[in-house]
Amino acid sequence: MIKKPSVAFFDFTCCEGCQLQVVNLGETLFDILGIIDLKEFREVMSEKWDGELDIAIVEGSITDLHAEQRIRRIRERAKVMVAYGSCATIGGVNGMKNAFPLSDIQQYVYGADYRFFPTEKTRAVHQVVKVDYFVHGCPVYPPEFLTVLRTALQGVSCTVPDYPVCVECKLNENVCMYDRGVSCLGPVTRAGCNSWCINNGNICYGCRGMVSNPNEGGTKAVLEKYHVSLNLIINKMNMYNTCREMDRNE
Amino acid sequence: MNKRSVHIHVEYLPRVEGHGNIVVDVKEGKLDTCRLDVVESPRFFEGMLRGRSVFEAQHITSRICGICACGHSLASIQAAEQALGVTPSAQTLQLRKLLLHLEILDSHILHIYFLVAPDLLGVESFLPLIDTHNKIVRRALRLKKTCNDVCDILAGRHVHPIAATVGGFTKLPGERDMDTMLHMLSGMRSDMDATVEFFTTLNFPEFERDTEYVGLVNEDGEYPLLMGDLGSTDGVRMTRTDYRKVTNEFTMPHSSAKHTRLSRESYAVGALARFNLNSDKLHLKAKEVARVLGMKPKCINPYLNTSAQLIESVHCLEDAISLIEGLRDTGIKHEEKILVALNEQSGISVRGGSGVGAIEVPRGLLFHNYEIDEKGIIVNANCIIPTNQNLGNIEHDMEKLVPEILDRKDEEITHMLEMLVRAYDPCISCSTHFLNVAFVNR
Repeated sequence: MIKKPSVAFFDFTCCEGCQLQVVNLGETLFDILGIIDLKEFREVMSEKWDGELDIAIVEGSITDLHAEQRIRRIRERAKVMVAYGSCATIGGVNGMKNAFPLSDIQQYVYGADYRFFPTEKTRAVHQVVKVDYFVHGCPVYPPEFLTVLRTALQGVSCTVPDYPVCVECKLNENVCMYDRGVSCLGPVTRAGCNSWCINNGNICYGCRGMVSNPNEGGTKAVLEKYHVSLNLIINKMNMYNTCREMDRNE
Repeated sequence: MNKRSVHIHVEYLPRVEGHGNIVVDVKEGKLDTCRLDVVESPRFFEGMLRGRSVFEAQHITSRICGICACGHSLASIQAAEQALGVTPSAQTLQLRKLLLHLEILDSHILHIYFLVAPDLLGVESFLPLIDTHNKIVRRALRLKKTCNDVCDILAGRHVHPIAATVGGFTKLPGERDMDTMLHMLSGMRSDMDATVEFFTTLNFPEFERDTEYVGLVNEDGEYPLLMGDLGSTDGVRMTRTDYRKVTNEFTMPHSSAKHTRLSRESYAVGALARFNLNSDKLHLKAKEVARVLGMKPKCINPYLNTSAQLIESVHCLEDAISLIEGLRDTGIKHEEKILVALNEQSGISVRGGSGVGAIEVPRGLLFHNYEIDEKGIIVNANCIIPTNQNLGNIEHDMEKLVPEILDRKDEEITHMLEMLVRAYDPCISCSTHFLNVAFVNR
């Protein structure tokens, strides 16, 4: 009998909602558990494992030195690493704190004792160790997670769409948010979520990160046509995408 | 007196949400240290909110917690609407109540089945139960998924809901959606009956400590979850804008953790607190479950928080069904659908001010408080989460419990303590506000 691949979930700075998406799969979970050997999943399991892993699935951002040491150790014993959810893949909302001087934000939340709470600038997982697969989104889109898991188990590569959310949004026949009088990050955000938020009547907040080569001219034209200020859009981008700065600097 | 020494250090307590350690030190029969340390990396949400539009607060604060994302969203919306002077419509309030019911139901099922049941059945997680109790695991996953699927219809998804915003909902369920939700929820009834039956066969540890319980209270007949004043079993009554007089956050000299207290050294929030304050307002079927489980207010066994959760699950399921039936009979007013985004169209008039949201979320009373300027930009933000309020009470429980069980084996004491902390269903990644992280070096 072929040995089942060993898989474990690890959480860093995050809300653990993406792990919860796994439990939310319902009875599909049985199919997954039938083909993997689940070693560790602290949110719902007491079992622990410190041996080698075929696949490590990592949720959360790296925000302090302890986390950095921990992720390096996990990387050393994992053949494949999957960054799971926006906090892990792009830094996500945790990145907003990078816009403030660290001591300022520490003092605001923790007052005079702030030095007891060491923190570093928020980083995405790939900004600390090598990542093999990305599952973007806040939260992750379950069908996409299943696709990535399948490809990771097969050892083949998985390509994240590098076109904007607008492509999926058009296919879903939504009325454009700009035509409805509000601004939306769909034009610069990478697709793959099936325009989840716009389908439900809200705007895109850019949780999946930007496409690698955003159509800047086209975006500017859209902003001009609808009289939207560039600052408003940049401020919106900063909700999820502040850590992108560190990719540019490398 | 038992003169033995016990050292317990549970690092990264499993089957709780977020990272916490239990530290207990008994020296020659004398309790020296008894702590629940929170070792979650700080996330600084309140700091990050400064400078952002109050219309973004729901989206951002939902990300404080993946399990109670709807609760954070609703508390955030309530605070923002009070600051802005927005009064939600009757239909919006009904839909919000429905969303909160689904959240509490979903979270309680997760806790009861996946986090607590393994302890009562003597296994480490639900994984071994797949072989030994397959039907039960399938039932748990089915219940959880149905809750999620109903949430998908109502708000786009359960983890970080999309459609619930300041001012109302960005989408509204159609007639067919209402029928589908009703069909799905009614379908959960038999699984819920089986859940109650299953839990009557399990035994919880016996332990009691008289406690002040805090939660929402009201004068009408409704079991208060979304709206109400603040109250306690010691007779305190206040309005929600006075929340700081309820929480009275303070720092302990022995550790740097912020604790809360009201009339005594600590208080508790959560399902058991709500049951103790408002059990007479529960749905009839939930009252029947309480009777079957032998639960009566005032119940002071913290382990029975799980039983209170089970009672509330039945209440939330039945009341959710009634809410949908009511909305279906009056018909959804689709003209109330809104699109606010960053309020680019100035559909909501903006003013400076302060607002407080006080909501009963699965783990207890949650507060959000925002102060905004005249442009609607957040100047100050404060969030006080249920786990924060329970932390001191958990430690006081441990202080009473440890001497009572000192004659047992170390592993058994550790297990009892883990179960105690787990009973409160702590949600540690919510800990936007925790001050603590001193390790005991032994």
